[in-house]
Amino acid sequence: MAEQSAEQASVAQVMAIRLWNSRWLLVAGVIGILIAFAFAGISAYVLVPALLLLPAAALLPAAGLRQSGENTAAIEAIGLQRLSGEYLAAAVADPLIIFDRSATIVHANAAAFAAFGGIAPGLSLPLKFRAPEMQTLLDGVLSGTIASDVVDYTEKLPVERAYRVSASSVGHGTDLYVLVFKDQSETRRIDRMRADFIANASHELRTPLASIAGFIETLRGPARNDPAAREQFLQIMQNQTGRMARLIDDLLSLSRLEMKPYLKPGTEVDLRQTVDSVIDSLAPLARENSVVIERDFAKGPLNVPGDRDELFQVFENLLENACKYGQSGGRVVVSIAPADDGSEPGIDVIIRDFGPGIPEEHIPRITERFYRIDVETSRTQKGTGLGLSIVKHILTRHNARLTIKSEVGKGAAFSVHLPTH
Amino acid sequence: MQSVHIMSAFDEELKYLSKRIAAMGGHAERMVEQAVAALVNADPGLAQKVINDDAVLDEGQREIDDKAIIIIAKRQPMATDLREIVGAIRISADLERVGDLGKNVAKRVVAVTDGRQPTSLFRGLEALANLALTQLKEVLDVYASRSVDKIGFVRDRDDQIDAMYTSLFRELLTYMMEDPRNITPCTHLLFCAKNIERIGDHATNIAETIYYIVTGDQMPAERPKGDKTDKISLSATLPAK
Repeated sequence: MAEQSAEQASVAQVMAIRLWNSRWLLVAGVIGILIAFAFAGISAYVLVPALLLLPAAALLPAAGLRQSGENTAAIEAIGLQRLSGEYLAAAVADPLIIFDRSATIVHANAAAFAAFGGIAPGLSLPLKFRAPEMQTLLDGVLSGTIASDVVDYTEKLPVERAYRVSASSVGHGTDLYVLVFKDQSETRRIDRMRADFIANASHELRTPLASIAGFIETLRGPARNDPAAREQFLQIMQNQTGRMARLIDDLLSLSRLEMKPYLKPGTEVDLRQTVDSVIDSLAPLARENSVVIERDFAKGPLNVPGDRDELFQVFENLLENACKYGQSGGRVVVSIAPADDGSEPGIDVIIRDFGPGIPEEHIPRITERFYRIDVETSRTQKGTGLGLSIVKHILTRHNARLTIKSEVGKGAAFSVHLPTH
Repeated sequence: MQSVHIMSAFDEELKYLSKRIAAMGGHAERMVEQAVAALVNADPGLAQKVINDDAVLDEGQREIDDKAIIIIAKRQPMATDLREIVGAIRISADLERVGDLGKNVAKRVVAVTDGRQPTSLFRGLEALANLALTQLKEVLDVYASRSVDKIGFVRDRDDQIDAMYTSLFRELLTYMMEDPRNITPCTHLLFCAKNIERIGDHATNIAETIYYIVTGDQMPAERPKGDKTDKISLSATLPAK
């Protein structure tokens, strides 16, 4: 709305300038018409349209005139002066914060809200950005000893992010300062990812690789002429290569998630439809494990802001786990309902199985990478040890919570709380 | 955020106090972060830096104490102002302790990393430290925004930290039973885990202080004790196989 009215105002301004520039011509024209009316005796029907026609002609763009260059310059200067800092900040894609002499936030653009959350005007900056290097940066700029400065700032939690932050004063004597954050997370993360990937992959891939190498040796040696053993060994080798492929897939999808630090705001996900399609896609697995999946969805719209593909993966991983590890229970219940614990508005998705359950001491740890309660079961169920850490990672990015409740012998319930705002 | 006083100098002084608290908080967060990083990456240099940095926090606490006493003497504050100042004294004491705990973790780096330990030993400790640091960060964010309605999470987090600590305790005991050579590093790691768990407790204390500053009421006193390590015995952790 505001932009529209500003546009109208600037059009009016252009018109006014055109009228003013042709003021002498207009005056001469009016006098001429009046003289013609008085002496030549033209009727009043001609007079009025002629008078109206003159200013209309003046309003037309004066193409090819020498002055036009000067005119646009004048218009632009007025436009730039009228440009509010708010619009300018909104147009900047990087997080940008404007603050005053007492380090209180005056304005923060949408990118800053998305990146840091909870920065309202009136908040004191050094209270929010407490890292020692940020404190030095703010002190330096506010004390006036340096006009502008740049530091590298990293946030470790909840998701690791690295910024190059520049602080400088705005204009002369405005007593306003600006802080711009340039996201460096990607380059930093690519380096880290490489190191992490090698560490994780080399450790986890070594086991299947060693077993394949062992079988190849056996096949070339003692089992060379034993068709039955050969068939069996080849089967094991195929299982192992399958496991390696799955592991690499999971590691890659985890790395990919870590590459994008935060979500694009504004997209909505229909949980009912998403969970429904997850259940459909896992129907063959459920049948194979002879598990029945029951739906218990609340009525009404069940939408949350988020990324559909990522949430699909969350529920896929959780439901897959429930079908595999809760197989003995024979059924899995998936329920979706608005959260009613009164903490914050949101929707709870609960996936409950009736299998052996998870011993209490493992619950806090099972979202860690490669943490397995029982290595043997995980291997036979084709687990990679990464499924729940992917879930955890995606949920952190959605500001969501994963709560795990379980009683040994009675099953486990994984509940995902997704905030609706 | 606050009503304005006729003496603008008083406002300045209060603002200065909260700014110093935030700076101390930033330092404490950084120290804990680096102490755990030093432990995981076996980096004695970084550990030494953390140990040296503790002096900054001690200095910060002394300064806040002095300033607070002077303000009370000079301005005779009442109500919110008085709570703000007393709260600052308490929070700075908690943050100073957090720094000490970080320093204690850093001091053990050399002993733990004395022979190369497998990374699996540290993975749990890292997760515990992440929980404690998240809690500290969220609490200090509430101190900045004063939105105490968000403070309920603190207790949830504290439960999580306690559960994680209990689980880690069990895991380290198992490692020690598997191989006596693990006893030295695992004992040190147990102390590190205890220190980190204490950081979570201090964060909870700070949250209670903030609640008191803003509302004038004490936070409702239901604080379940979730640390169950006092019940863990060797027989309970023997492998079930």
